[in-house]
Amino acid sequence: MAETAQMAESGPMEISDEVAIQIDKMNKWFGTFHVLRDIDLTVYRGERIVICGPSGSGKSTLIRCINALEEHQAGRIEVDGTLLSSDLKNIDKIRSEVGMVFQHFNLFPHLTILENCTLAPIWVRKTPKREAEETAMHFLEKVKIPDQANKYPGQLSGGQQQRVAIARSLCMRPRIMLFDEPTSALDPEMIKEVLDTMIELAQEGMTMLCVTHEMGFAQAVANRVIFMDQGQIVEQNEPKAFFNNPQNERTKLFLSQILGH
Amino acid sequence: MSDTHAQSVAFVRETAIPAAPPPSRERGPIKWMRDNLFSTWLNALLTLAAIYLVYQLAVFALPWILNGLWTTSSLSECRDILQGETGACFAVLTERWNQLLFGFKYPSAFYWRPGLAFILLFIAAAPVLFFDLPRKMLLFTGLYPFLAYWLIWGGPLLAPLTALIGVVAGYLVYARFVKDNFAKGLAAGVVAAVVVWIAGGYLTELLAPNRPILPAVQSRDMGGFMLNLILGTVCVSLSLPIGICLALGRQSNMPIIRIICVVFIEFIRGVPLITLLFVANVVLAYFLPPGTNFDLIIRVIIMITAFASAYIAEVIRGGLAALPKGQYEAGDSLGLDYPQAMRLIILPQALKISIPGIVNVAVGLFKDTTLVSVISMFDLVGMIRGPVLASTEWNGVYWELFSFAALLFFVVCYGISQYSQWLERRLATDHR
Repeated sequence: MAETAQMAESGPMEISDEVAIQIDKMNKWFGTFHVLRDIDLTVYRGERIVICGPSGSGKSTLIRCINALEEHQAGRIEVDGTLLSSDLKNIDKIRSEVGMVFQHFNLFPHLTILENCTLAPIWVRKTPKREAEETAMHFLEKVKIPDQANKYPGQLSGGQQQRVAIARSLCMRPRIMLFDEPTSALDPEMIKEVLDTMIELAQEGMTMLCVTHEMGFAQAVANRVIFMDQGQIVEQNEPKAFFNNPQNERTKLFLSQILGH
Repeated sequence: MSDTHAQSVAFVRETAIPAAPPPSRERGPIKWMRDNLFSTWLNALLTLAAIYLVYQLAVFALPWILNGLWTTSSLSECRDILQGETGACFAVLTERWNQLLFGFKYPSAFYWRPGLAFILLFIAAAPVLFFDLPRKMLLFTGLYPFLAYWLIWGGPLLAPLTALIGVVAGYLVYARFVKDNFAKGLAAGVVAAVVVWIAGGYLTELLAPNRPILPAVQSRDMGGFMLNLILGTVCVSLSLPIGICLALGRQSNMPIIRIICVVFIEFIRGVPLITLLFVANVVLAYFLPPGTNFDLIIRVIIMITAFASAYIAEVIRGGLAALPKGQYEAGDSLGLDYPQAMRLIILPQALKISIPGIVNVAVGLFKDTTLVSVISMFDLVGMIRGPVLASTEWNGVYWELFSFAALLFFVVCYGISQYSQWLERRLATDHR
C-alpha cells in the first residue's frame, strides 16, 4: 500500500466548507430491533470517509439510509440540501445525485456493459443516446475496460464487474458516491484494481462514503475514519490518530483483531 | 534422475507421423450404435425390445394409413371398396375439410376472409416473436386485431375503425396527462377511449350501409379450427399483459391493489375452466342489463383470458421472486422510477426466467379452447362430435377424425414449444 499512499498524497484533495450530507439524530429499527441509534454525522464536500466496524454494527444500513434504500424512522437526513422524506420526488432527486456501488456489483445481466452504463442517463437524465454512449465510454476508459463495452457482465471477472459498476454510477455524474463493501466479494488479486479506481476517484475530489475492511485504503485516502458498533458511532478521527491511538475499548479490540494477523 | 539411460532417452524425430483415421469400430455409425444402443447388455435388450415395439406399431398402422381412401363420399362406400381389408377412410377429411376448418355455418363464399386473416397473422406476429425484425413492422401488428376482426366478422368498416380510433385517442390523451401523474393519465385515457367508442357506436348504427363491403357473419356461425385459433390467439395475447399486471399487483405495496389481485388469482385458479365457460354461456346473461346482447365469443374470450392470466401471473411471480434483491436496489440507486425499473430491468429478466412456464400455460390454454364444444360451440372437436359424426355418411369414423384433430393441435403446440426454446437460447446472456 506504500505506493498507493504516495499516489494519494500527490493528488489535490481539498475539503470545502460546503455540507454534502447532514444527518441529525437518525434512528432506524428493523421490526423491534434498534439498528441505528441517534446517528449524527456531517459530511463536507470532498470528504473521503471510511466506515468500519464489526458485522451487524449497522454500517451498511447507515449508508443505505442516505439514498433511501432503507427507510429511517426518526431524525432527519439532508443530502445536497434536499430533505429525505417519504416524498418520491425528493427520493428520486437524491438517488440521481448519489451514486452507489454494491458488494455484489448488481450489474444488469441482460444488458451489455455499455447498456448498463447508458441506461440511467438515457431514462432518468433524458440524455440523447449518442451522448450517453460517449460519456459511458469515457468512464469505461477511466476504469480501464473500454474494450469490454459490448460484452455481458457474466463474461467479466469480479474485479472488472465492480469497476463497471463504478463506471455505471459515475455516468450519472453523481456528486456523492457511496460504497457498500465494494471489495468484500472479490478475490485478493482483484481487490487492488478496484481500490486503485477508488483512489483515483478520491483524488479528483469526489465526496465518498465507504464501508470497507480495507484498512490500507483507509490509511491511504480517507480523511476521516468512523468506527461503528451496535448501531452507534463509537469513535471517529483522522486515520493516523484512529489507527495509532484509538480511544475507545471496543475500537482497540476491533483494530487488534483485524490488524493482528 | 541420475541413473537415466542416456542412450535410450536421447531421441530426435526425423519424420512426422501422418494423421490416421481411427479404427473402424471407433468411428461413424458403428461407434454411435455401440455408444448409444448397445453399450451394456441391458441396453442392448431394451434396444431390441424397442425395435420390436416399433415394428409392431408399424405393422398395425402403416397398412391402415397407406391403404387409406381419400375420395369416397361416405363410410359405407369406403367399406365396400376395402372389402374387409385394413385401411383408413380419410375421405371424411377431404369431404368435410372446409367444415372442419371453418365450421358448418360460415358462408363458403367468404372462406378466403379468415384464410387471409390467418396468413396476415404470421406477418403481424413476426415482429413480436422475432425482435431482430425492423420495429416499424409493429405498426401492422397494432392494426392487425382490427383488420382481422373486420375480415372474419365483416360488417360495416366503421365498427373496427371506431375501435381503433378509440384506442389511439385514449393513448394520445394518456400520453398528455401521464407526465403529471400515472393514475390521472390512465383515467383520462380510458375516459377518452370510452367516449370515442360510444359516439362511434351511435355513428356506426346511423351510417350502417345496406350493403357493406364485407357482408357480416354472425358469431354463432364461427366454428371449426378457425374458432380454436381465434380463441387461442386472442386469449394468449391478452392474458400475457394482464398476467404481468396481476403479478406486479400482487407484489404491490398498496394493500387494495394487492388484495384485488390476490383474490382474483386465487378465485380463478380455484375454479375449473369448464365452470367458467358455463358461467359465460348462461349465468353472465343474468348480470347484464336486459336487452343487451353480449356476443358469446367475447364472453368466452373474457373467461378463458381470466383463467389463463391468473396462471400466467403465478408463473411470472415465480420469475420475479427468482431475481436477486440487488437488481431492484441497483435500479433504485440509479434513480429509475417504478415503471422504468420494472420495464427495463426487472421484467426482462423475470419474463426470461418464466418463459418455460408461460409457454406451458399458453399451450395448455390453446388445447383448452376445445372445451367450448361442451357449451355447444362448434370448434374443431365440436364439429367432429356434432355435425360430422352425427351425419349418416360418416357415422363411425372416429380414428381418422380425432387423429386429424390431434395432428392439427400438435403442429401448433410443437411450433410454440420450438419457438420458446429458440427464444431461451437467443436471450441467454448469463454465460453460466
